[in-house]
Amino acid sequence: MSNERRSNWLRECQRIADAIRRRALTHTVVHGGYLSQACSSAEVFGLLYGHQMKLGPSQGPKVPPLYEGWKESGDDRVAGMVYNGGRAAETDRFFLSPTHYALVLYCALIETGRLDEGALDQFNTDGSRMEMIGGERSPGVEVNGGSFGQAISQAAGVAWARRNQGDAGRVFAFLGDGELQEGQTWEAVMSIADMKLDNMTVFVDVNRMQCDGLTETVVGMEPLDEKFRAFGWEARKVDGHDIGAMNDACAETRSGKPLVVLAYTTPYHGIPLLEKRFPNLHYVRFKSEDERAEYKEAAETMNATR
Amino acid sequence: MKREALVHRRCLIDWGAKQAEAVLLSGDLTVACEADGFRDTYPDRFMTVGLAEQNMMSFAAGMAREGLVPLVHTFAVFMYRRALDQVEMSIAYGDMPVRMFGFLPGVTTPGGPSHQATNDLAVMRSLPNMTVVEVGDATDIEGLYDLSREVPGPIYFRMLRGEVPRLFPNNEAMKLNHARTLSEGDDIALLTTGVCTEEALRVTDFLRKAGVGVKHLHVSTLKPFTDPKVLEAIGSAGKGVITMENHNALGGLGTCVAELMAEHGIGRRLVKISTGDRYLQGANQGWLMENYGISAPALVQSIETLVNDDLGFSEDQIIDARDSDFAADNQLEAL
Repeated sequence: MSNERRSNWLRECQRIADAIRRRALTHTVVHGGYLSQACSSAEVFGLLYGHQMKLGPSQGPKVPPLYEGWKESGDDRVAGMVYNGGRAAETDRFFLSPTHYALVLYCALIETGRLDEGALDQFNTDGSRMEMIGGERSPGVEVNGGSFGQAISQAAGVAWARRNQGDAGRVFAFLGDGELQEGQTWEAVMSIADMKLDNMTVFVDVNRMQCDGLTETVVGMEPLDEKFRAFGWEARKVDGHDIGAMNDACAETRSGKPLVVLAYTTPYHGIPLLEKRFPNLHYVRFKSEDERAEYKEAAETMNATR
Repeated sequence: MKREALVHRRCLIDWGAKQAEAVLLSGDLTVACEADGFRDTYPDRFMTVGLAEQNMMSFAAGMAREGLVPLVHTFAVFMYRRALDQVEMSIAYGDMPVRMFGFLPGVTTPGGPSHQATNDLAVMRSLPNMTVVEVGDATDIEGLYDLSREVPGPIYFRMLRGEVPRLFPNNEAMKLNHARTLSEGDDIALLTTGVCTEEALRVTDFLRKAGVGVKHLHVSTLKPFTDPKVLEAIGSAGKGVITMENHNALGGLGTCVAELMAEHGIGRRLVKISTGDRYLQGANQGWLMENYGISAPALVQSIETLVNDDLGFSEDQIIDARDSDFAADNQLEAL
């Protein structure tokens, strides 16, 4: 690849990442929300949606129709996966496990022309499929992930079936590091290696944060790369804000082995103001109007300098 | 409706002072389940086992075998769904004195099906040795410690968090297997549980004025379900029986009452108001109650069906009455 081409897509991925942060912050100023997740994972989503995943064009309406819940059945259902292009032998599939990252995903869809930016007004409102914790009818979401450890197993089932039917497309799964504490995650990790599902790529947002605080003070899990290698995976530890490095990690050959990219991230990257709340970052709810005003100013600065 | 914040948080600190054997386990949801006060007051009796609920349930059972009383805190779905085999084989089968505090029942969270416990009563009720209790207000929550002392085996508490209403006098504590009588009448026996009691109370004044005699019972113990008061209320209801719950149609309060009626040969009509045989979606409590059929208008409609009369309430009257001050849970941290 020429340097110029490389710098073009890199710039595009970074643009998506920056916009994810900006949109997430703008939204949080009004509503509160899962902001640190946007800070940590923006580059991962930028890389996946901007370059690494080969997705077909979205087949979903740019402003999603209201969510009728249980009343939707059969063909009426607007599956979230259609926003990633739906099913095709040659294209990739994406599985979001911590669906608490739904806002980040919706922003990535907006930045790649798969959702209208006005769709974000529906986020976490009554009767909308733009759910705060995405479900399988939410744009970009293929399976219900919010109960941790289940999406990777579901993705593995899809990967096995796709290999069986000769699909060239790959399967990507995005995990949070907290869910590496779940037993099911390691059941999946063990079987994916045993089945040699090398069409699978797992990204883990190692932001070292969970609901109760720092992961190392809740249940320490390091060394993660050695754990994955011991289970038979190709494991790459990278700076999760370095899009080029993460892309290189995906590029190397790894015949017969699934790949995990351990993206080490900072949960206030790009929004230094957030560091003040560290380590209570899981969900941002403003404790005073002054604090909200500070964030509003940060958002305005960010929006002005884009 | 008067509301009070963080009632369980305060009660847990008292609990720790009263019961030295009490230890608290949390599955990475310590603040979210109001367990942070206990953690900070008794750090040596607190442990967070991370996102590992199956391990947490069996671990708690091990502690109970050594004479401790584990107070396990997480969202209900991660107990009765995610770790059901562990709850059954490690805790229920061994009849271990583990107290499970399950949060976010049904409509009380906008977190969607992954976070909404909609069939926990059905599942937990079906486990041998298990006692099942659902709270409806601050007084109920304050009664959990004393109630717990009466039960040697495991208990599942279906909890409320954040701002909860004070519906019952704070000197009239909840009693195991005793329903609370909230109004007298002989047309309809109305049994409600959890947040549905508050919802029903919004219209029971109207009903009285319209001349419908409603015997309203608030049920907190779902298992055992042998309170003679309940049987008596059902038996003397001239026009029929209504149950109202923040739960799936199958296996909750409505099923408890239906079984009781059949077993005692009580031939009355029964209307089960529930969220139906379906999963919910992510939205606020008021919206979910309305759209999944457990709101005050649904209750009025059911009563009209049973008394075969239009009670003459305008929709506005009902809507005004149920103008809810539920705390919007999407303003709370940590899902």
